[in-house]
Amino acid sequence: MIVPAPFDVESVRSDFPILASTVHGKPLTYLDSAATSQKPQSVVSAIEKYYALENANIHRGLHYLSEKATDAYESTRVQVADFIGVSDSDTIIFTRGATESINIIAHGFVESVLQKGDEILISHMEHHANIVPWQIACEKTGAILKVSPVNEDGSLDLVAMEQLINERTKLLAIVHVSNSLGTVNPVEAIIKIAHANAVPVLLDGSQSVPHQTVDISKIGCDFFVFSGHKILGPTGIGVLWAKREWLEQFPPYQSGGDMIERVDFDGTTYKAIPGKFEAGTPHIAGVIGLSAAIRYLNDMDRLGAYRHEQELLSLATEQLQDINGLRIIGTASPKASVISFVFDGIHAHDIGTFLDADAIAIRSGHHCTQPLLKRFGVPATARASFAFYNNEDDVDRLVKALKKLKKFFT
Amino acid sequence: MKNDSLDELYQSIILEHNKRPSNYGHLGCATHTAEGFNPLCGDKCTVHLNVVDQLIEAIKFEAACCAICKASASMMTNALLGKSLAQAEKFTLRVDRILSDDNLDYLESDGDLVSLNGVKNFPARIKCASLPWRTYQAAISQKNRAVLE
Ligand SMILES: Cc1ncc(COP(=O)(O)O)c(C=O)c1O
Repeated sequence: MIVPAPFDVESVRSDFPILASTVHGKPLTYLDSAATSQKPQSVVSAIEKYYALENANIHRGLHYLSEKATDAYESTRVQVADFIGVSDSDTIIFTRGATESINIIAHGFVESVLQKGDEILISHMEHHANIVPWQIACEKTGAILKVSPVNEDGSLDLVAMEQLINERTKLLAIVHVSNSLGTVNPVEAIIKIAHANAVPVLLDGSQSVPHQTVDISKIGCDFFVFSGHKILGPTGIGVLWAKREWLEQFPPYQSGGDMIERVDFDGTTYKAIPGKFEAGTPHIAGVIGLSAAIRYLNDMDRLGAYRHEQELLSLATEQLQDINGLRIIGTASPKASVISFVFDGIHAHDIGTFLDADAIAIRSGHHCTQPLLKRFGVPATARASFAFYNNEDDVDRLVKALKKLKKFFT
Repeated sequence: MKNDSLDELYQSIILEHNKRPSNYGHLGCATHTAEGFNPLCGDKCTVHLNVVDQLIEAIKFEAACCAICKASASMMTNALLGKSLAQAEKFTLRVDRILSDDNLDYLESDGDLVSLNGVKNFPARIKCASLPWRTYQAAISQKNRAVLE
């Protein structure tokens, strides 16, 4: 039997310049990767190289640089398709991020699916990005938004979910991994239930792609979205994937240059997908950065990285649980390396500011999941999220600071 | 460096008000009530007033918020209780200066409110301190909601 080499976190850390930096004169402890991941030097360099030496618009010029940029852009589409287990790369649409991707789907549903009385089913643990577009879609069409409940441990109540599905349900839109709780939803079981009722499924993969390999051909969803900035890539670039039939059925989301086949004042015809959904000059540098990010992930030992994150998660969970007055919200299994917690009598903001003084970056607030926090009866939580580039020192610093915090405030 | 300013932010007066806030709770006889929200962080603060002849006869607050916001609200209720609306307006303007002005000479009348002077070094937290005051202003002008932008 071959024993896999242990995950070399220190070597990985040296790829991320920011991890060697200091904040308030102390070494940075970055525990906010669920908000956005840090970027390896290779991603920063790829973007810099494009702007410094290779900058040109795509799909437009016949000159060398334009062709080179077009190649880089289009080959990333194929790379993204491979990365998430999609064979038809025309079904990969570049967007501004998960939020825009969901908005495009919601727009498509408003324009070509939803009728008065139809239902959209989401869950109680959705990010606002997977709530508000559906609220608006329902307002516009007279459809009804249904919400599937969450159990006390932060898992989904699948029995209740199944009962909420009926012949009026037009879509199940659900988060793959919860950004607030870390819960990994059993998406294959969920999709089975939905498909048995002929209901298509949108998966919000914003928090799953950063932690695990995702193979859409196995998962079998109908729509999938994620953001580049949470997987080591730049901000402002994201991905929408949908089954071809949906993308062909949906009307364009925006219009203008690049998305047309022919414009005439008598009428205009649109490009086929993916062009139909990419109006205007796209975020070329973003796509180039995303490509470098995916290359980094593909070259890395992802299973080792996942195991390392899970070790940090158990270590941190164990030690945080020992702190008197601290309560972890979201204890379902399996869980991604995200820990939301509250402290008796100490508000999440005060935790955030206090930890920042020790150069520890966590997120405090509602994490764009206000209905979920309301479900747990808390206005805000503190959230520490661990990426594969975090190490045990990061956990130690967090725990030490939280012990100090308790003394300070009580 | 940041640790020193942490002590400035969380001065003992603030921690004390956070632990044992004054005038916390509901006011049965309220003539004015407003809820204040900070959408950025989800903080919420409710201010109840009983105003008779331009005089604040009673003031109470309820809050789901951080230490800075709660302490600020607690100090506000102490400062405004028994004051005229005109005097109260002076206090709200004064607090805005305490939260922004680096070269302020403190006055006897500032009382505990001086302890809010560390907040200005934490730009992200200034709204926490001003939320109760904006909520008070909303209540007094018969608006039932204040939302900080
Ligand atoms: C689960 C989830 N969905 C959607 C989003 C929205 O992503 P973005 O802001 O990159 O569009 C996020 C990011 O915060 C998220 O965590």
